[in-house]
Amino acid sequence: MTAVEPQLPAPDLVAVQDGTTATTAVKGHSRIPWRFLGGRALFYLFTLWAAITINFFLPRMMKGDAVTQYLARNRNVSPEAADALRSLLGLDTDKSLLQQYIDYWALLLQGDLGVSLLHGLRPVTEVISQALPWTIGLVGFATLVAFAIGTIGGAIVGWRRGSRLDALVPITTFLSTIPYFWLGLLAIAVFSVNLGWFPIGKAYGVGMSPEWSFEFVGQVIHHGFLPATTIIIASLGGWMLGMRNMMLTVLDEDYVMVAQAKGMPNSRVLWGYAARNAVLPQIQSFALSIGFIVGGTIVMEMVFSYPGVGKLLLDATNAKDYALMQGVFLVITLSVLLANLLADVAYAFLDPRTRQTEA
Amino acid sequence: MTVLEFDAVTKIYSVRGAGQMKALDDVSFRLESGRTIGLVGQSGSGKSTIAKILTQLETPTSGEVRLDGQPIPRRGKGLRAYRQQLRMVFQDPFASLNPYHSIRYHIARPLRLDNVVPRDQVDDEVRRLLERVRLDSNAIIDRRPHELSGGQRQRVAIARALASRPKILVADEPVSMLDVSIRVGVLNLLADLQREEGLGVLYITHDLATARHFSDEIMVLNQGRVIEHGPADEVILRPQNPYTQELRAASPDPDNHFAPATGTFGGAL
Amino acid sequence: MTAVNDRTAQGASQRTTSAPATATVRTSATPGGGSAHKRPTFWSKLGSAFAMFRNGKSIAGLSILGFFVLVAIFADVLAPYSPTQVNHTARFQPPSAAHWLGTTHIGEDVLSQVIFGTRGVIVVGFLAAIIATIIAIVVGVISGYVRGWRSEGLSALTNVFLVIPGLPLIIIVAAMFEDPPLWVIAAVLGLIGWAWGARVLRAQTMSLRNRDFIQAARANGEPLRRIITVEMLPNLMALIAASFVGTVTAAIIGLTTLSYIGVIPVTTYNWGTILNWASAQGAFRQNQWWWFMPPGLCIAAIGVALSLINFGIDEYVNPRLRSAGERARAMKKKGMNVNDTVTVVRPATTTQENS
Repeated sequence: MTAVEPQLPAPDLVAVQDGTTATTAVKGHSRIPWRFLGGRALFYLFTLWAAITINFFLPRMMKGDAVTQYLARNRNVSPEAADALRSLLGLDTDKSLLQQYIDYWALLLQGDLGVSLLHGLRPVTEVISQALPWTIGLVGFATLVAFAIGTIGGAIVGWRRGSRLDALVPITTFLSTIPYFWLGLLAIAVFSVNLGWFPIGKAYGVGMSPEWSFEFVGQVIHHGFLPATTIIIASLGGWMLGMRNMMLTVLDEDYVMVAQAKGMPNSRVLWGYAARNAVLPQIQSFALSIGFIVGGTIVMEMVFSYPGVGKLLLDATNAKDYALMQGVFLVITLSVLLANLLADVAYAFLDPRTRQTEA
Repeated sequence: MTVLEFDAVTKIYSVRGAGQMKALDDVSFRLESGRTIGLVGQSGSGKSTIAKILTQLETPTSGEVRLDGQPIPRRGKGLRAYRQQLRMVFQDPFASLNPYHSIRYHIARPLRLDNVVPRDQVDDEVRRLLERVRLDSNAIIDRRPHELSGGQRQRVAIARALASRPKILVADEPVSMLDVSIRVGVLNLLADLQREEGLGVLYITHDLATARHFSDEIMVLNQGRVIEHGPADEVILRPQNPYTQELRAASPDPDNHFAPATGTFGGAL
Repeated sequence: MTAVNDRTAQGASQRTTSAPATATVRTSATPGGGSAHKRPTFWSKLGSAFAMFRNGKSIAGLSILGFFVLVAIFADVLAPYSPTQVNHTARFQPPSAAHWLGTTHIGEDVLSQVIFGTRGVIVVGFLAAIIATIIAIVVGVISGYVRGWRSEGLSALTNVFLVIPGLPLIIIVAAMFEDPPLWVIAAVLGLIGWAWGARVLRAQTMSLRNRDFIQAARANGEPLRRIITVEMLPNLMALIAASFVGTVTAAIIGLTTLSYIGVIPVTTYNWGTILNWASAQGAFRQNQWWWFMPPGLCIAAIGVALSLINFGIDEYVNPRLRSAGERARAMKKKGMNVNDTVTVVRPATTTQENS
């Protein structure tokens, strides 16, 4: 019987017009997954809108007298600033709700978040922009280090399953169930009060002002060591556990066995194959945990009197400086969303599957 | 006699971002109780889509499905009555039973749902059904699915399908996930049940040999289109369509040890 | 026609000659058949429902948790003093026979404060977790089961709550209340914390939905509410349990943190407020460890207990985690490394095995 060639391209859902998914992936060399990123950006815009709307409604749900009293106590506010504050804090009840909402957005888009009564009537945006770099520096550095150590450590612990390294997992998990602030307080008690190795708080010594000098940078590092280390130790457990569990699942997969059978050196299998695939969910959970990290940092700043946005928020809360509170919340939310978007971009480049759905 | 008619059915899926996909293209056939139609095709040829349409898990884009001359109702009592008449046996014995429920529950549930027997007779009916599929009801009735073997689970699935006393049975690759050594047993069980109950059976498979063994007619499906349909022996022994010829050539021939399987499918289907 | 008759004859002969290989032998001598005669009792069913809690880690965690719950319930009986009982003659005292954990700056007994503090923590923790888990189940399972814009919409809602930073939001909300009762705090914590569980449940429901037994139930005409409650929920129990336990942890840490910050006013004692007082009175600077160590250790202890329970559930759900370490250790005993792909082969000893 002659071999008749049946006309059958493999009927794959995705490949209806273009051929197989393999050919599509080969065609584009590092195609930017616009659709995927576009969808994510759209979601973040929606979340930002939701956060701003929440911020709009919050003061309007409070008992109004608190805010009125607050404004009444501070008479030195200029008329424009007073108008802005009224709009931000929900006092402009003479207008319709829709009009209030529109005016609120108008203020935000102009970058006007009101003035901070706690900080001598300086614009809220100015106050926040002074504090923000400290927070980003501290939490960014600490989180990246914790993520790196935790992920690499988790990969090694997963690889060497059954060895004594397994004991690391419950230890780091225990450390991560301890509340941040208590760990920080303990660190101060031990290392600052008793041993005197580190200063008790603040970002730099009293009497210094920020400048780019070796002495200043040295002080920053000296003061920042304890807070950073505390954050790292407290959050290490989560990363390590997640990575280890993913490694265990990945190491059972057939492609790892094939790689080993081909004679690939163990280190290459571990890092190039297994860890590379196990790290993908880690990046996703990194994005999701940014919100939690922010929470922990706020507390850390209070414990160490670190001059970041967290401490700003807490001082504002205690002083009932509502404009500053709202402003900080918005800025924090915006930063979290941006960080999420960056994590999504990183994920999109690392996971080729996101590019495939572009077909 | 019950008649199931599939009349010029087309099913088109829209896939997000990739246009449309025609799963079925103008498919027609007629299944009478007491007869078996073997539906043969490659993966992706549309076999499972037909099964889904028959069990109302999907609806046709155009064309009509009729049972005893009546189009299938979309909801209400009519749909319920239709569902009682047509039951399906799924491919994967490991996934078609809920791991949390006992065997007793799996079979009693359709009995209760459709009020097949009065309440107090449900337990007896469950045991009767288990015996009919040649399982020891005492031993397994209170077991969970993970305690049974693949063949036993598939028999339970068949018993479940028979519980509502249907007239049409759709068997979607019922033995392809079982060990080869027990496939014949399950298929023979299906054949016996079909004869005893006078069922019309749509036997969906990619395996030509069992299709021939088990069916009266064979329908060959390729990319959603019926390309050959006729009595079983005719289609297997004297295939007209080149695709069918390829399929047949790709099946391993137990009498011909040393002839390599020809065609672009190699030796495996 | 003839083909059909042939098949009948074949079928009949095959039926008498070969029993299906896996059919159970129908004699009463079936091993284990005796015990299968009686229906499972209520207790054995309950036992198997809680199978996920039956490994060592879960039991350890549950014991510790149970201890704290008992302390909370019997606080009145266990505490030697009232937590607010002031004693100006015994201030800042280190641990002694009269005060096992010493005293605070105004002579209150620290041990009693810690014991009574357990109440607020347990009540708020569990209440918040119950609220959060109920919302998570409703949103997660529904958004996983339905399709199209409803599913996407609920998923977007979940993601919004997931992304918006929780602690700053709670701080602002809490600052707006004067003296919130415990249940309000629990409700706010629950409303902030449901999103994670909902997301996980949605993913699992979506994968369950395509499983054959759900398709079979749909094809058999099961009503939707029964599909969700009777068919799907039991398969989701492990996830729900893990999510609940995780939310308790988060709620407890959230409560104590907020109390420590001072955002939640200090009317009820919980471990966080004790630390608030301790910190305000400079206990950390003056090394009054008996004041600030116990509350923190208690928080950590409950956190460890809840983590252990979650580990137990994890291992039950994913047996790979449990057996991976054991397998590796077993292989090590035989002198093999689990990461090697070459296994030792028995040397050929008989003449049948040639090269």
